[in-house]
Amino acid sequence: MNATVGGGRIRQCFEEVRVQGKKALISFITAGDPGVDYTVPAMHSLVQGGVDILELGIPFSDPEAEGPTIQAANERALENGMTLLQVLEMVAEFRKKNTETPVVLMGYLNSILAMSDFPSRASSAGVDGLIMVNLPPEEGATLQSALADHGMDLIYLIAPTTTPARTLSILQQASGFVYCVSLKGTTGAGHVQAEEVIARTAELQQIAELPIAVGFGIKDAQTARALSANADGIVVGSALVNLMTEPQGPEVVCQRLHAAVASIRQGLDD
Amino acid sequence: MADALDMHQDSHQYEQPSADGHFGQFGGRFVAETLTHALDDLAELYEQMKNDPEFKQELHHDLAYYVGRPTPLYLAERMTAELGGAAVYLKREDLNHTGAHKVCNTIGQALLAKRMGKPRVIAETGAGQHGVATATVAARLGLECDVYMGAEDVQRQSLNVYRMKLMGANVIPVTSGSKTLKDAMNEAMRDWVTNVDNTHYIIGTVAGPHPYPMIVRDFAATIGQEARAQMLQQVGRLPDVVVACVGGGSNAMGIFHPFIEDEGVRLVGVEAGGHGIASGQHAAPLNDGKVGVLHGNRSYLMSDQDGQVMETHSISAGLDYPGVGPEHAFLKDIGRAEYSSATDDEAMMAFRMLNQKEGILPALETSHALAWVVANAPKMGKDEAILVNLSGRGDKDILTVADIDGITL
Repeated sequence: MNATVGGGRIRQCFEEVRVQGKKALISFITAGDPGVDYTVPAMHSLVQGGVDILELGIPFSDPEAEGPTIQAANERALENGMTLLQVLEMVAEFRKKNTETPVVLMGYLNSILAMSDFPSRASSAGVDGLIMVNLPPEEGATLQSALADHGMDLIYLIAPTTTPARTLSILQQASGFVYCVSLKGTTGAGHVQAEEVIARTAELQQIAELPIAVGFGIKDAQTARALSANADGIVVGSALVNLMTEPQGPEVVCQRLHAAVASIRQGLDD
Repeated sequence: MADALDMHQDSHQYEQPSADGHFGQFGGRFVAETLTHALDDLAELYEQMKNDPEFKQELHHDLAYYVGRPTPLYLAERMTAELGGAAVYLKREDLNHTGAHKVCNTIGQALLAKRMGKPRVIAETGAGQHGVATATVAARLGLECDVYMGAEDVQRQSLNVYRMKLMGANVIPVTSGSKTLKDAMNEAMRDWVTNVDNTHYIIGTVAGPHPYPMIVRDFAATIGQEARAQMLQQVGRLPDVVVACVGGGSNAMGIFHPFIEDEGVRLVGVEAGGHGIASGQHAAPLNDGKVGVLHGNRSYLMSDQDGQVMETHSISAGLDYPGVGPEHAFLKDIGRAEYSSATDDEAMMAFRMLNQKEGILPALETSHALAWVVANAPKMGKDEAILVNLSGRGDKDILTVADIDGITL
């Protein structure tokens, strides 16, 4: 295995969680949704509620792998005029008060292509990793090495349809952690099969050196607990974004997010 | 009749794409991981089928007896006389069953779906022509068919929506994003990622992830193979210029491809200039776009400084798309094809000329290629020949044209 381990914060986070016998809780929200002044306070609230790693969505005009919830979040954020530069500024702002929690940006390749010096800017802002929904390893080598030069990981996904041979190949190229997609479908879908995921992650765990995080369709503490049986972490996205649809002020939204992740945290730790 | 897949059996210097689906820096496969396996399966099956005598026979049979191929090569004498320059030859794709070249691709892909044992097909459509062509072959082969169409296009193209429904297809309006073709394609990708086990996605143009740009090109290349043979047989020579309109670029790729190694033949693609390139309101990424990634491939794309895909404008719904097939991007960069544009007004003028001089109502998409002919044929010698891909008929555009004329039908 040539799995590269960069991004100190991501590796350290999973190590600490493992030592404590826990699972990493990873949250996803879209930057700039429902308003630009919500995101940084929301990141802090999520951490206070028990989140270990923050994923921040880069708003994109054509989010083709997202379900309706995150599509709408992308549209709201773009209506608010969000740009990638602002996303990086939000991370830098967050880093003023938090230097420990890993921050991973998630989005689509065209956003990154539009910023030629993304790796250095992102690294300066305090970003630890990048998940590109539409960038499989075959096309990802150049970006991965540019990110690695700045201490950041490009995180690859493994899907229910990924063949065993391809899984091995992806694992060899993976960095940071492995994002195991729970279901055939878009984010926030409602048809996750816990038994299938548990079996698949059991196999993955045998061969993966890097931590495994399971995401897509995890809505509550019960599902989170079930799906994390053979994984190192779980990702919750649409369920949190759903709590942010109406701009009732950052405070109200932050309280809701805090409560939601605290409940999932408890479910994972019990 | 020319063999739709014979290009692969001869040895050629122009061999594109590479095994992993690249046309130089363009093309590739930029998709969610869940779709990779289905794309691998499709590529593998296609490699087998393109040389499979039984598959080829089935395809040829359908193209001949169901679609009505070969389509004629027609000398537009009165248009030629009116323009006073090069002879204008029209490859009459408007005479295909369903009224456009699109059915050549949907027949081929539906046969692939059948071989894969997939009982359901999905498609995206803008103007509705590809949706109609997909609904048509789905009915013919007994496949379940869902067509995604931007909610705005559903309103604008109600005639085609009804045609699809008559043939048993389910038309799903897409209300996300700009509610047009690109959003319909996003939604089709979301459907496919969810139903990949039992569904084949029939992409309607030479875009999308590998192997689609290659497969759609090969099925459309029957246009160019026939036209090349017809030029030699009827005229005794190759054309000096081959002209086609370019949205995603399937009709252009289809007629260009068999001419790529004929170095003396100019290949000209005409994009939708909308209100003019300078206005920014157009759909001409090869003229005024930058390299980007959308819908599974790297190509020229209309996107802003932050990488957001821009909304496009064209009088012709079929050209109203911010991207373009990666092989066109490649042909542009290596200088083998040139890409110009025609505005809405120029296309309308050419539309009317063909109506009145030849008794043919071309599609508004096709009228962009004709606009290039109107502008350039007079500058060429009378001994020169232009081959135009008359990619579709304009019946579907009657309401749009009447609207421009201020007439309520």
